[in-house]
Amino acid sequence: MMKATRGSLLGIEHLEAGEILKILTLARRMNPQKPQTLLRGKKVLLLFYEASTRTRSSFEIAAKSLGAMTTLVLSSGSSIEKGESLLDTGYTLRGVGADVIVMRHPHAGAPHLMAQHLDIPVINAGDGMHEHPSQALLDAYTILRRKKTFKGLQIAIVGDIYHSRVARSNIHLLSKFGAKITLAGPPELLPETAATLAPGLHIVRTAEEAVRGADVVMVLRVQKERLAGMKISLQDYIARYQITLQRLKLAKKDALLMHPGPIIRGLELTWEVADCPQSMIVEEVRNGVIVRMAILARALGKAK
Amino acid sequence: MKDRKENHSLLIKNGRVIDPAAKIDALLDVLLRDGQVAEVAPPGKTRGTAHEKIEARGLVVAPGFLDIHVHLREPGQSYKESVASGTAAAAAGGFTSVCCMPNTQPVVDSADWVTWLQQPERGAVVNVFPIAAATKASKGGTLTDFRSLQRAGAVAITDDGKPILGDDIMRDALRLASEINLPVIQHAEDTRMTEHCSMNEGPTSFRLGLHGMKTIAEASVVERDVQLATQFAGARLHVAHLSTADALKAVRKGKRSKAHITCEVTPHHFTLTDADIRDYDANFKMNPPLRSQADREAMLAGLADGSIDAIATDHAPHAPQEKIIEFERAAFGITGLETAIGLSISQLHLGHKIPLPRIVELFTAGPARVIGLRGRGTLVRGSHADVTIFDPKKRWTYDASKSRSRSHNSPFDGWAMTGKVVATIVGGRVVYRGD
Ligand SMILES: [Zn+2]
Repeated sequence: MMKATRGSLLGIEHLEAGEILKILTLARRMNPQKPQTLLRGKKVLLLFYEASTRTRSSFEIAAKSLGAMTTLVLSSGSSIEKGESLLDTGYTLRGVGADVIVMRHPHAGAPHLMAQHLDIPVINAGDGMHEHPSQALLDAYTILRRKKTFKGLQIAIVGDIYHSRVARSNIHLLSKFGAKITLAGPPELLPETAATLAPGLHIVRTAEEAVRGADVVMVLRVQKERLAGMKISLQDYIARYQITLQRLKLAKKDALLMHPGPIIRGLELTWEVADCPQSMIVEEVRNGVIVRMAILARALGKAK
Repeated sequence: MKDRKENHSLLIKNGRVIDPAAKIDALLDVLLRDGQVAEVAPPGKTRGTAHEKIEARGLVVAPGFLDIHVHLREPGQSYKESVASGTAAAAAGGFTSVCCMPNTQPVVDSADWVTWLQQPERGAVVNVFPIAAATKASKGGTLTDFRSLQRAGAVAITDDGKPILGDDIMRDALRLASEINLPVIQHAEDTRMTEHCSMNEGPTSFRLGLHGMKTIAEASVVERDVQLATQFAGARLHVAHLSTADALKAVRKGKRSKAHITCEVTPHHFTLTDADIRDYDANFKMNPPLRSQADREAMLAGLADGSIDAIATDHAPHAPQEKIIEFERAAFGITGLETAIGLSISQLHLGHKIPLPRIVELFTAGPARVIGLRGRGTLVRGSHADVTIFDPKKRWTYDASKSRSRSHNSPFDGWAMTGKVVATIVGGRVVYRGD
């Protein structure tokens, strides 16, 4: 594979199962409630070319909980706006002393380019439609807290899979551990090609088929703007794919409901579903900090 | 230039002469004199002496290669390439003639620019035949003045880089060009379907999270153009850088009709597929994009069976700041002049058992016929003294950093290939000598 500094986390696809388990095991020892000094003196650069509330604050709190310094660089109001190239921005951040760069970028592959040219680890905090590895890891962590193993778990992923980096990362991760994954969505948001992403993927065209008997129901955000200009209307989408309490009942009794956020109540899921006892939405956010602490510790060689 | 050509003679001895246009494949000597092919005769049987001799035992002696799809980037973008640097790369790749595309700054849409490209000050090392824009500034609105462009030396018209999209304007272009026997070259892409796309649509684009171009965006334009071309007797439609099985089907159908339909395929489209795009390396980004394995196999079949007329490189140099950036933001296009023959022999001859004479035809008689370049693409007596000598067995490794092109954006950097140019001869003079 490509050349990237040890400790980089660019995606789940090329990460070995053993490496994933190591991160999840390390996460179990992390506690943001008890401040640590593991990364004292380290500089974590948060480079965000896209707006983000949860991922950004999650990485920031994770870094600070380990005693690191964080600096946030946003594309607006910086030299990036003046046309500086991605790599020149990277060299600048390296020059001011960054030990690791956490980056979010609207273009797929941007972190890979950065990682190929810098001698410090790069962590992908979401690149275009490609991957969002820290989200998949925190989802995996959340699932493992409730289920003994991934093997044989029935996972339903419902919504806009085509545009979703979360879906791609989760599919890669869960299929590596033998989960059975069913994808549901309209053809415009879930083309048949999606089935080629990992072995054994199933595609269905109703929420019911995906949810029935599922151990985990992952709901993805659907942007209204994306439905505009498609054959499917908002009403049709809701009628066919919205996760309601009634539909959720088709899943196993102890099924988990997950959503990477931000959620839009009344669109991809109902108000009641978001707050139901099976909902992991808040727990995912909580676990996000823990898992990102592990990702940062690993990046900076402190994964003991 | 002219007086240098005169009183000069060059004898190429003992080579395997492959001249598909003349149906020749035999051990022969070739004598070039005063810028023309003077004689092709059995070894030792040419009459008269020569100033200069080249021993070609074990080598193939072919008519000078023609590349009918090259971006020389002048006027206006000499930071990417110039006529001088681009033709130097062409010579190193065995090409004695190149047709250059008009998508420059400004667009070559006037007789003045066509003339300018051919001036000796440009420093061309091989023959340059400009292709002019079909519409003003290639904006697809108003047709250019085909007659005056042709008089100035334009050998075809195109809006390459973009398609000629409107039905009416394409119909008019074919009709007016048919009156003066000028080929219309189409970059077949329905851009209404390919917005925001940076590669082919398929499993790889889905995996990489990149928007993909559907093959129908190419095929539908070719189908329409074939329809339009059949409406005018004498219309000549040439499909540039054909890349999909469906578009090839449309070309084959067109060839069965009375219309004059031709097409070219690039070495990268018969060598690579979209699955080869690694790590978002923009040196694998071009338009049309690398396609599926099924499309690649269709190209290989078309090259073998004769339905594809020419191999053309679509040599598209770009500066590092346009390529070593985010994949989706990177410019489309790769260099190709220096790797074409190596890839063709490696992939087509060694890999797919296509005979050498057919490969030579795709570089010579085929493209000469497409453009209608008289006295080129063959070694019959009286032809231009353009000759390409290559070693079909020589193994070598391409080093893009040593390219004669001003740009180094090649996906084949570090590739081992078989088949290398030994000498490139233009107008009877050696312009490139390989090692
Ligand atoms: Zn083109």
